Amino acid sequence: MNILKAKFKIHGGVHPKYRKELARDEETKRLPLPDILRISTTQHLGAPSKPVVKKGDYVKKYQLLAEAAGFISAPVHSPASGTIKDIVTGTGASGAPVTEIILETNNTSDAELTGVYPTDEWQKLSPETILNRIREAGVVGAGGAGFPTYVKLSPPPDKKIETLIINGAECEPYLTADYRLMLEHPECLIAGIQIICKVLNVTEAYIAIEDNKPEAIELLSKYLEDKKIENIKVSTLPTYYPQGAEKQQIYSITGREVPSGGLPADVGVLVENTGTTVAIYNAVIKDLPFIERTTTVSGYGIETPSNVIAPIGTPYQELIDFCGGAKDDVKKIISGGPMMGFAQATAETTTTKTTSGLLLLTAKEISQFESSPCISCGRCIAACPMNLMPAELSQFCEAEDFESAAANRVMDCMECGCCAFSCPAHRPLVQHFRTAKAFLRAQPKK
Amino acid sequence: MIETVLTIIEPYLPIIKTVFAITCIGFGCSFALAIAAKFFEVKDDPRIGEVNELLPGANCGACGYAGCMDYAKAVVMDDAELNRCAPGGADLTATLAEYLGKTAEAAEKQVAIVLCMGTNDAAKCRFEYNGIADCRAAHLVGGGDKACTYGCLGYSSCATVCPTQAIEMVDGVAKVHPELCISCGKCVTACPRNLIKLVPEKNTVHILCSSNDKGPIVRKVCTKGCIGCTMCVKLTKEEESVFMDGFLAKIDYSKEVQNKVIVEKCPPKCIIDTTINN
Repeated sequence: MNILKAKFKIHGGVHPKYRKELARDEETKRLPLPDILRISTTQHLGAPSKPVVKKGDYVKKYQLLAEAAGFISAPVHSPASGTIKDIVTGTGASGAPVTEIILETNNTSDAELTGVYPTDEWQKLSPETILNRIREAGVVGAGGAGFPTYVKLSPPPDKKIETLIINGAECEPYLTADYRLMLEHPECLIAGIQIICKVLNVTEAYIAIEDNKPEAIELLSKYLEDKKIENIKVSTLPTYYPQGAEKQQIYSITGREVPSGGLPADVGVLVENTGTTVAIYNAVIKDLPFIERTTTVSGYGIETPSNVIAPIGTPYQELIDFCGGAKDDVKKIISGGPMMGFAQATAETTTTKTTSGLLLLTAKEISQFESSPCISCGRCIAACPMNLMPAELSQFCEAEDFESAAANRVMDCMECGCCAFSCPAHRPLVQHFRTAKAFLRAQPKK
Repeated sequence: MIETVLTIIEPYLPIIKTVFAITCIGFGCSFALAIAAKFFEVKDDPRIGEVNELLPGANCGACGYAGCMDYAKAVVMDDAELNRCAPGGADLTATLAEYLGKTAEAAEKQVAIVLCMGTNDAAKCRFEYNGIADCRAAHLVGGGDKACTYGCLGYSSCATVCPTQAIEMVDGVAKVHPELCISCGKCVTACPRNLIKLVPEKNTVHILCSSNDKGPIVRKVCTKGCIGCTMCVKLTKEEESVFMDGFLAKIDYSKEVQNKVIVEKCPPKCIIDTTINN
């Protein structure tokens, strides 16, 4: 059998109510092309891409809309044919102002593919060509942060990658997009893994899946067995949040600890999301740029929770309407997962390459409390997967002693929310750390 | 006779010896210290201490030095400008100039002003915020709950840092009491939206809006926002005291607004004259 059980147990973590049953058995559906797409140029981490089209231009499907503006940046392609109505400043999912290209779509099928790469003979391509193709296709990390994939796949020469981990843990409650992807397109996923293995010259790859998804584990291991693929193994992880966090996952599978402030490459590991891997497959084998993704629309506030393939730039309202509309008692709309996602002020925000979920939550699913002083119970310390001391850190932050917070490694906080989730005093711990991190990042480096 | 004395003091001899030895050591050390004081003497300007006495002692840092003592040192030793102390104002500059026998021009008295009128009634909110009551934290949550992305969030970060409690939150917007303001500039750096400016006290006409959005967008989110109609610029054409910066009218604080009719004429009423409506 090629199923491995993760050997190491990380510290901390919590067990929120998963509620994955809402959308887990819903087959992925394709959203009919919306009339208006508002494509943000901040689809990724790093510099926003620079628009190369202007108002009034006619663009074809797959045509380049905005080019990468720097090393850590990624190009954006048109998800449909149509006319550019305007380029305006809008609001991104995180609330920050972003540049949006407004595209009026016209449902014609004139497409323009960018490259002339052989499709079935990718094994003959050199790693450089593949990498270049991934860069041109604008592939970025689909898990949430949106780190440009070609930057990740070109580690510094002194750091040899030995192990590849494909993150299919999907530990955020509600979300099932990656799960559906693994069930419905195992061939794309496995081919994507083989492409990454070739680029990095890695022989050992693991697909990390939490053990609450037995169907995916079974299906993938059977697929690997049938195809006689030896170097890729399925690794099952115990179910708890945040098992999908990069550093935690590396520790669970390999027992290696990524140093504070370091990258997975420092311990010879690279973690790639399942959605990203499929995007790599599409880019290299099908020659398709990253223009659409699977998004889970879920929560008790939506009529029919579903997994939807939507083009980037789709307003959330379109997704909500497609899934039967919102119920009356919706209290909160969240872009992403409930633990780390962003609450939205309006349904006019648009999807990006990193929108893994859109949650419409009712009053019983969210918690609104008055926060009270810390009672020093230590539950946050027990829950912190980064081995930090949230109770102490939050007190430094409250006293605006950000230097002491930095000395106690507040910068290592990944904002997973386990501390705030477990706090009986309902203290806004993560918000304190976010404020402190923003303050510290704004300080000039010494 | 001597023998009798000796026999009496004999039990006390160790004490006497010790006292004598310690006295000798004491004298020796004080002598060494006296020599050291003479040789290693640091010539300190007595004026530094006295200048420090003259300074207000607020240690606010408005002068750009680490505190009053540091500024006193800079004034005496490095010929720093005498008008840097904002809390002291013109009086202090004159006193310092007289004491040091120098001439100095008093700096214009400045006061902080919050360039926003988006009170709870005037400005709309986009969502319900129930996080930390701090503007910097609120600003990080989706850009803040105010619908206007430029306006005052009203979580009193500026009021918290103000050393003289000169800032009061009125209807969800910070308001500076100019008579209490020592123009230290702490609120200017505390505001995550850069709404607070230090302006000359003699200027009484202010445009209290910072929104650089186009008129229709401003109208949607705030009834008191500058809509960029340029009426104030046209009315003050000759004196050139108001100018447009994008879609926002701004006062040129190097000039004084003469044509105060703009206060009345401004359609959204975001221009105020502090001598009239304060």
